[in-house]
Amino acid sequence: MNDRPDRGRHKVFLGMAAGVGKTYAMLEEGHEYLEDGDDVVVGVLETHGREATAARAAGLEILPRRIVDYRGSVLEEMDLPGILVRRPAVCLIDELAHTNAPGVEHGKRYEDVVDALDAGIHVVSTMNVQHLESLNDLVTELTGVRVRETVPDAVLARADDVVVVDLTPEELLERLRAGRVYPQERIEAALNGFFTVENLVSLREVALRQVAEAVGAQRVTRVELGSRGRSMSGEKAASAVAERLLALVRPRPQDQRVVRRAWRSAQRLGAPLDVLWVQPTRDLGDEEDRGLRALRRLCALLGAELHVIESDDVTRTVKEFARERRTTYVLLGSPHVPRGLDRFRDALPVRLVRALDGIDVRIVANRALRDDPDEQEATW
Amino acid sequence: MVIAGLVLAAVLALGLAIGRVLPSARRPVRAQRGDTRRILLPFSGEALSTRALDAAIRLALAEGATLMPAYLATVPLALPLEAAMPRQAGLALPVLEAVEQRASRKGIPTDCRVSRGRTRRDALRRLVAEEDVDRIIVAARRNGDPGFTQDDIAWLLESAQAEVLVLRPGPDDHRTVTAKAVRGYF
Repeated sequence: MNDRPDRGRHKVFLGMAAGVGKTYAMLEEGHEYLEDGDDVVVGVLETHGREATAARAAGLEILPRRIVDYRGSVLEEMDLPGILVRRPAVCLIDELAHTNAPGVEHGKRYEDVVDALDAGIHVVSTMNVQHLESLNDLVTELTGVRVRETVPDAVLARADDVVVVDLTPEELLERLRAGRVYPQERIEAALNGFFTVENLVSLREVALRQVAEAVGAQRVTRVELGSRGRSMSGEKAASAVAERLLALVRPRPQDQRVVRRAWRSAQRLGAPLDVLWVQPTRDLGDEEDRGLRALRRLCALLGAELHVIESDDVTRTVKEFARERRTTYVLLGSPHVPRGLDRFRDALPVRLVRALDGIDVRIVANRALRDDPDEQEATW
Repeated sequence: MVIAGLVLAAVLALGLAIGRVLPSARRPVRAQRGDTRRILLPFSGEALSTRALDAAIRLALAEGATLMPAYLATVPLALPLEAAMPRQAGLALPVLEAVEQRASRKGIPTDCRVSRGRTRRDALRRLVAEEDVDRIIVAARRNGDPGFTQDDIAWLLESAQAEVLVLRPGPDDHRTVTAKAVRGYF
């Protein structure tokens, strides 16, 4: 947060991958400042040969890079001392995660940005979500690609504005095939490597969820470049991704189905998943112990959090838990057929619907029991 | 007053007695099974050999056993062993769902597992060390079909404290259970 009045403001354009239009959006922002009469410069611009991006920089003052001689190689880096001497009102700095050549002031470009902000310069920058330090392992697992250049989460958390530059995976792939992201000779390799629909869908969800959860809803704006300028306010964008699911389970084999379905729904919504067992106040039997271990392993694989709360009042415990975790969906298995005195009170789903105002309650059925003769074995 | 109490008690007793009878009539048919019979069906990747599943279902029906389909996740060395693996989970879960659905239609209880390790063998080793099972069913691999290599099978035969049923490679090995087999929206 910008709590020092003399410090510059930092705005970050965040994207799911190269080619979504972060740099272009940054340059657009520069032009808007320029039209308002502000003193704007481009500190560093990485066009990657994209003509449209280079063309959008026309009219903006681009500061020269400085030459760094490193072990006989000539490298070009952003000129931080030059920016501080020039002292513009607004500086556009592309690719926050870039690693600087040895011998300059800082090892990382985001550290240069801190110096510029401290000097009272407003900075507009760009980065991809996979460069965020805390997401590094997750992104490696999702995409199979380990990103070496990372940015601490605090840099994004301290930014005054974060704008998610959003594009559907299909639109990005269309851009890629049209040669608007990489030159012709690199397109095939990109399509066969990182740029798969699965990777892009996952990264897009990660990007939206990350900013909604970690950065703070009030400072998130989502810009859909593919939709020709259609945009969403920060509040709406955050609410669109601020779902949180809760799978209510018992440690029995059939409840793994509830966790599986809940996880799939969570994936589609880009939402986190909690798994809760309200454990009765008694010792665990062998079967329950075995079931609990299986649930733990399943949840670990999925990245879902398994919570075990000891209580004999399931409804009240779920209500408190849901309020604390800001749950928006509760999923549970079919209730067992009531016996004895249980038949004189409402089933658990009914009690939950009454207790959980504003929360959807979904009962996960065993689809194998569905009477649907057309589907018999045909899919095998 | 006393008569009303007696009537109420009689109605309650009648309700409880009916409750013991009615639900069992509505429950789905389940195979008769002993408590300890468990058939482990390990797999990795995004598919499971259809022959292995067919064999497991036949045996589970015959023995009244619980079927334990188990997904073997491999964790790259760059990640902690306990790291979330959403991509592999996305491949495994529909297969587990499909197996459970098919077994359920035959009245066979299932109890799914996931196990993780640095390699498939490592995940399998952890799984058999952890789970108390009576039988393990694996299909031998031929070409690119899903299944276990000779080394994996030799290791399993030597190490597992359970009966191991190895299915020879067959002409139907290209038939696999995948996410497409899931009934309904998943």
